[in-house]
Amino acid sequence: MHNQPISILLADDDEDDRLIFKEAFDAVKMKTVVNTVNDGMELMEYLTDDRNTLPHILFLDLNMPRKTGMECLIEIKRNDNLKEIAIAIYSTSASEQDIEETFVKGANVYIKKPSDFTTLKNLLEEIIKMNWQYQTSGLNKDNFLLIR
Amino acid sequence: MKIHISFDMNTVGKIILQEQMDKLQLEYSFTNTGEFELQEPVPDDKLKELTLGLSKYGIEILENKKNILVQKIKDLIIEMVYMDDNIPTTSSISSYLTDKLNYAYGHIAHLFSSTTFTSIENFIKLQKTERAKHLIINSDLTCSEIAWKLNYSSVAHFSSQFKNVTGLTPTAFQRIINKRREFLMEEIQYEINNNIKT
Repeated sequence: MHNQPISILLADDDEDDRLIFKEAFDAVKMKTVVNTVNDGMELMEYLTDDRNTLPHILFLDLNMPRKTGMECLIEIKRNDNLKEIAIAIYSTSASEQDIEETFVKGANVYIKKPSDFTTLKNLLEEIIKMNWQYQTSGLNKDNFLLIR
Repeated sequence: MKIHISFDMNTVGKIILQEQMDKLQLEYSFTNTGEFELQEPVPDDKLKELTLGLSKYGIEILENKKNILVQKIKDLIIEMVYMDDNIPTTSSISSYLTDKLNYAYGHIAHLFSSTTFTSIENFIKLQKTERAKHLIINSDLTCSEIAWKLNYSSVAHFSSQFKNVTGLTPTAFQRIINKRREFLMEEIQYEINNNIKT
C-alpha cells in the first residue's frame, strides 16, 4: 500500500550542500526520490510547472539569491495548489526570530544544518519518518511543528 | 438454439484486467494467478478508479493482510489515547493490544515497525503529543491539567516529552500557533483587498 517512494525537493544555492544532502538520502533506508533546484526563482518555476510532480516535502534554504526562502514560503502558502506541501526550513541560521517567523508563515520543520554527515543523515531520516506519520496516521498537519 | 461454450476463467480475468489497466494507462505485468504488479506507484485516486472498474466484474482487490492488521493497531492506539479521562499508560496499551488482537506482542511490534517506519511506543508518544497539542490550542486546560489528563507522571515529564517530540516547549508551541492564526487572518484580509483592487 505504501511502497511508493517519498519524493523530496531541495532548494539551496550552495552546490556542496546540495551534494551532501543527496548523499545523505542515499544512505537513508527509506525509498526516496530527491530533486534539487538552485535558488528561489527556480523553485517557484519548478513547483508551478505541471509536468513536475509535487514533492511530499520541500527542504528550503533561507538565504538564496534572486528569491529568498522566506519569499518562497509566503508564495507557496498563498498558492492553493502548493500550500499542502510540507515545508522544512534548512538553514545555517538558528536564530529564534527566523525559527518563529518561518513557523508563523507556515513552515512545519526547522533544521539547523549540521556540520557532520552522520548527524545530517539521522536528522533527515527522522524528519522523513515524522512527515510520513503526518501523511498516513491522521495527524493534523496544521499542528505539525518540529525543530531539530 | 442452444450454444455450448467453455471458457477459461484465467484468460477472462486477464483480459478484463488488461482492459481496465489500459484504460487508466497503467503499466503492469502478471506475476501469478491472482496477482499482478504495477510498474509504477499509482496515486490513490487512480487506484480507486481501478478498484471501481474491476468491481463491476466481481473482481476485488485484496488489501494486504499486514496492512489491515497495522491499521487495526493504529485504530486501537488512537482510541485509547483519546479516552476521556486517565488514558492508559504506554505499557498497559501494549498489553491491551496483545489481548485484543490475540498475537504475541513481539509479533505485533515487529509487524508495526516494519510497515510504518516507527515503533508502537513511538507511535503512542506521537499520538499523545498530538492530543496534547489539540488540548493546548482548543481548551483552557493548564499544562498540569493536560499532564494529568493524559496520564503523564508529572508536568515535567509531559513538558520534556513534548519537547522531545516537537523540539518546542508547550508554551512556545501555543505562542507560535496563535501568531500563525493572526498571520492567516492578515493573509485573508490581504487577499480580500487584492480582489477588491482587481
